[in-house]
Amino acid sequence: MAERTVAVASRVGLHARPAMLFTQAVAASGVPVTIARAGGAPVDAASILFVMSLGVPHGEEVTLAADGPDADRVLDELVTLLSTDLDAPETEPAGGAS
Amino acid sequence: MTTTSAPAGTALRGVGVGRRAVVGPVAQVRPAPDVAPDEPLLVDGAPATPAHVRTVVERAFADVAAGLRAQAETAAGTVRDVLAATAQMADDAVLRGQVLTRVDGGEPPVAAIDGVVGTFAAMFEQAGGYLAERVTDLRSVRDRVVARVVGLPEPGVPHLEQPSVVVARDLAPADTAALDLTNVLAIVTELGGPTGHTAIIAGQLGLPCVVRVDGVTDLADGTVVAVDAAAGTVTPDPDDAVRDAFERRRAADAALAQDTGPGATADGHAVALLANIGTAADAERVGAGAEGVGLFRTEVLFLERTQAPTVDEQADAYAAALRAVDGRKVVVRTLDAGADKPLAFATQPDEENPALGVRGYRLVRSHAELLDTQLAALARAQEATGSTPWVMAPMIATPDEARDFAARARAAGVATVGVMVEVPAAALRARDLLAEVDFVSIGTNDLAQYTMATDRLRGELADLLDVWQPAVLDLVATTARAGLEAGKPVGVCGESAADPLMALVLVGLGVTSLSMAAGALPAVRYAVRHHTRATCEAIAGAVLRARTAADARAAALALVDPDVAATLAL
Repeated sequence: MAERTVAVASRVGLHARPAMLFTQAVAASGVPVTIARAGGAPVDAASILFVMSLGVPHGEEVTLAADGPDADRVLDELVTLLSTDLDAPETEPAGGAS
Repeated sequence: MTTTSAPAGTALRGVGVGRRAVVGPVAQVRPAPDVAPDEPLLVDGAPATPAHVRTVVERAFADVAAGLRAQAETAAGTVRDVLAATAQMADDAVLRGQVLTRVDGGEPPVAAIDGVVGTFAAMFEQAGGYLAERVTDLRSVRDRVVARVVGLPEPGVPHLEQPSVVVARDLAPADTAALDLTNVLAIVTELGGPTGHTAIIAGQLGLPCVVRVDGVTDLADGTVVAVDAAAGTVTPDPDDAVRDAFERRRAADAALAQDTGPGATADGHAVALLANIGTAADAERVGAGAEGVGLFRTEVLFLERTQAPTVDEQADAYAAALRAVDGRKVVVRTLDAGADKPLAFATQPDEENPALGVRGYRLVRSHAELLDTQLAALARAQEATGSTPWVMAPMIATPDEARDFAARARAAGVATVGVMVEVPAAALRARDLLAEVDFVSIGTNDLAQYTMATDRLRGELADLLDVWQPAVLDLVATTARAGLEAGKPVGVCGESAADPLMALVLVGLGVTSLSMAAGALPAVRYAVRHHTRATCEAIAGAVLRARTAADARAAALALVDPDVAATLAL
C-alpha cells in the first residue's frame, strides 16, 4: 500500500471546483484511491460526494492511499494536483476525466 | 396532466414587477415529480424484476449525468461550475453503487434513491456552510433521476422553442440562469416576492414579471396568457380588446423611449435619471436615455469566482465601465457581499442571521484588504480614463463608519465619497452622515427590509416589504431633508426609483437623482416631465399623511395628472 500526505493548496479547501477536478482525476487514473483526513476513516477518492463531505479546509493535510503497480505514479500526480491552487477559474480539468 | 382552471378572460392576480405587458404561450417549469416512495416499477402492468429495475436505475443516472454535462457545456461562469458539479454527483459511483445495492435487495427504486440521497444530504447539512447549500444540487439530481426512473418528464426549465411566458412555482437563481432569454417574454411565479432574485433579474432584463400568482402553475403548457406587470395580472385566453390595449401600451412605450433629454420636472427642476449596472458589459448597454450610472454593483465581479480579483483585473473592469459611459456620471458601490450574496473567500459560513451580520461595509472589520484593493483599483481606473467616478459604501450604520470609509477612499485618491442609506439608523442620523461624506444614496429594498424587520426573500411577507409603507417613507423623507439642509445630493437607487408614481413622491421629498434598471427610465422621465416640482411636493405631503401603504399610494395617484396615469397604466 502506497501512501502520500499532502496539504490542500486550494483557497476554498477541497470543495466546489477543486473537489470536482480532484475526483475527476482520480476516476480518470483507473486506480482505486482513498483519501482521509488526519485521524479520519479513508473514503473513496473518486466520489465527489464523499470527498466534499470530508470538508477539508485550505492548508489541512490529507492522506491518499492506493495499491498496485501504478499506485506510486498516480499518487504523485494527485499530490501535484492537490498542491496546486485549483480555484483559479482558468484552471482546466486535469487528467481529461470521463 | 394539467388543465386550465380559470375560465377564459378571468385574470389571476399577483404582484407585478415592472410595467410592461405581453401576450404569449405558457411554458411551465416542471416541478419535482410527485411519486410515492414505494411506487413499484411496472412492466406491462406487473412489477419489474430487480434485474430490470437495476438496468432502469443505472440508465437513469447515466442519462441525467449526460444531460447535465451537456447543459454545463452551453453555460458560463458560476452556472457552468454548478451544473458540472451536479453532473458529477449524478455520475458518482458511490451514490449509484449504494442505490443499486438496495435495488438488488428488492427495495422499490424511488425509496432506494431517496434513502441514499437522504444520507448524503444529512451529511452535507451537518457540515453546514457551503456544503449545506449544495443539498439543493443533490436534491435536483434526485428529482431528475426519480423522474427518469418512473418515466415522467425531467423537472426543471424547459427548452423554449418559441417566445414564451415562463411559469414556475418558484425559480432558483440557477434556474433563472439556465433560461434561454431570447425566448422569454415574461416570468410568472406562484411564490417569490417583488424584491426576490427572480423579480430583480427580470427587472434588469426588462422582462415583465408577476409574482405570487395563485393557481398559475395549473395552466396547461401552451395556454396563451396576457401578462400585465403594471396591473399584476395574468389573464388566460385574452380577448382582442386586451390584445389591442397591450399593443397601444407597447406603442406608447416606444414613443416614450424617444425622449432621451435630461430628467427634469415640468418647471425645469433637474432630477438626474441614472441606470443601475453590474458589469462593464451592462455599462455598454446603457443608452443615451441615462445621464450616467447611479449604482455600479461591483460584487458581480467577485461573485463569479472563488478568490478576490486582483487590483489589475478590477482596475481593467472599472476602466471599461467608465469608458463605456464616456464621461457621464458613475457611482461605484464597493463590495456588497454577505447575506444573500455570499463569497467563498470572505463570508463567514456559520452566521445565524446573515442579513444582520458581517455584510457590506462591515467586511472591513475582517477583510480590510478587500476594500483597500478595490479603492486602489478604482483610483487606477480613474487615472487611466480621466473620468472621476464617485464611490459609495453599502450597509453603513454610523457616522464613524462613514468617516472611516471617506478617509480610506480619499486616501486612495477618489474625491467624491458617499454612503448608502439602507439601515434605519443611517436614515435617522442622515444629517450626521452627510457631515462626513459628499452624498448619500438610499437603497429602498434593504431600507424596507430593515425598517419592517422583514426578510427580503420571504415572498409571503411582501405586504410588509412594500416601499409605500409609511414608516419606510418617513425614513426616506428624513434622509432627503438632511440632504436639502446640507446642500448635498441624495439619490435613490432601489427598485422604488423605477416606479413612476413613487418617483414623483421622491422628487417631491427632495431626492436629487433616481437610478434604476435602464428599461424603466422612459416611464419615469415621462412622469417627472409632466409634473411641476410644486405638484411633486404636494404629492409627497399627501403621501406622508397616509396611515397605510395602500392609502399612501392612493393619495399619490389622486394627485397625478390623469393623462399621465392613463398613458403609464398607473
